[in-house]
Amino acid sequence: MAKPAQLDPSEWVSQYGDYLFRYAMLRLRDRSTAEDLVQETFLAALRNRGTFSGSSSESTWLVGILKHKITDHFRHQARESPKEEGDLRDLPDSSPFDASGHWASGPADWGGNPADLYREKKFLDQFTKCLSGLSPSHANAFTLREIEGADTGEICKVMNVTETNLWVILHRARMLLRRCLETNWFEKSAKKGV
Amino acid sequence: MLSCKDVTRLLSESMDATLPIGKRIGVRLHLLLCRFCLRYKRQLLLIRETARLLAGGEEPYGSLTGEPLSEGAKERIRESLANP
Repeated sequence: MAKPAQLDPSEWVSQYGDYLFRYAMLRLRDRSTAEDLVQETFLAALRNRGTFSGSSSESTWLVGILKHKITDHFRHQARESPKEEGDLRDLPDSSPFDASGHWASGPADWGGNPADLYREKKFLDQFTKCLSGLSPSHANAFTLREIEGADTGEICKVMNVTETNLWVILHRARMLLRRCLETNWFEKSAKKGV
Repeated sequence: MLSCKDVTRLLSESMDATLPIGKRIGVRLHLLLCRFCLRYKRQLLLIRETARLLAGGEEPYGSLTGEPLSEGAKERIRESLANP
């Protein structure tokens, strides 16, 4: 007979602390919140260790708990922060379109082979920096959709918005992220001649 | 005729939902004629792929990068686990 799975809480922080922290940082973009949620995850795991069935690994189980904590955090944030205008109107000077809805200045050619970018750690750093620059509701919606891969119905519930509203938020998040990357990565590397 | 502004909105929407057939055709026709919107679409897909790469898949100990948990925080958490 297989032995029941054994948990070893005394080793958790050394074994899983860094991984869980990085996991949380990518999604929360704030060090102290990430640290808090990692701590809460371990404490919740300790309290509920009787429910660990051993059908998944210890790490998968811990990540599952952290995931719930992160979603809860997004839910609270959505409730507490005032609803933002879900359109592009409050950015008049930054709209890339002219009055007739055509590009005033179109997106630049990013050149090269995009697949090479993924191997550049600096590009990934710039990407997370740009994501951190978005407002919490834009960044959280983008994170749930593109990093977590959640479907829109799920995200609407967490963010407490309608689907139409969410589409506008995601559209705007992508547009702002795209522009941030263009300004801070592609234009700079073009100037450097690389 | 859809404007570029409409098309960018619909391109984003098409990444989250299935567009009605009329709009889908409208976008496709527009992309045949507009290199900026086609470029925009490719860049949005690149952004999506980058986000997925950062997530590192479902595998624990995947390709997550970034700073580790600080020693101070580790100490604090160990303490709280020892005296819950």
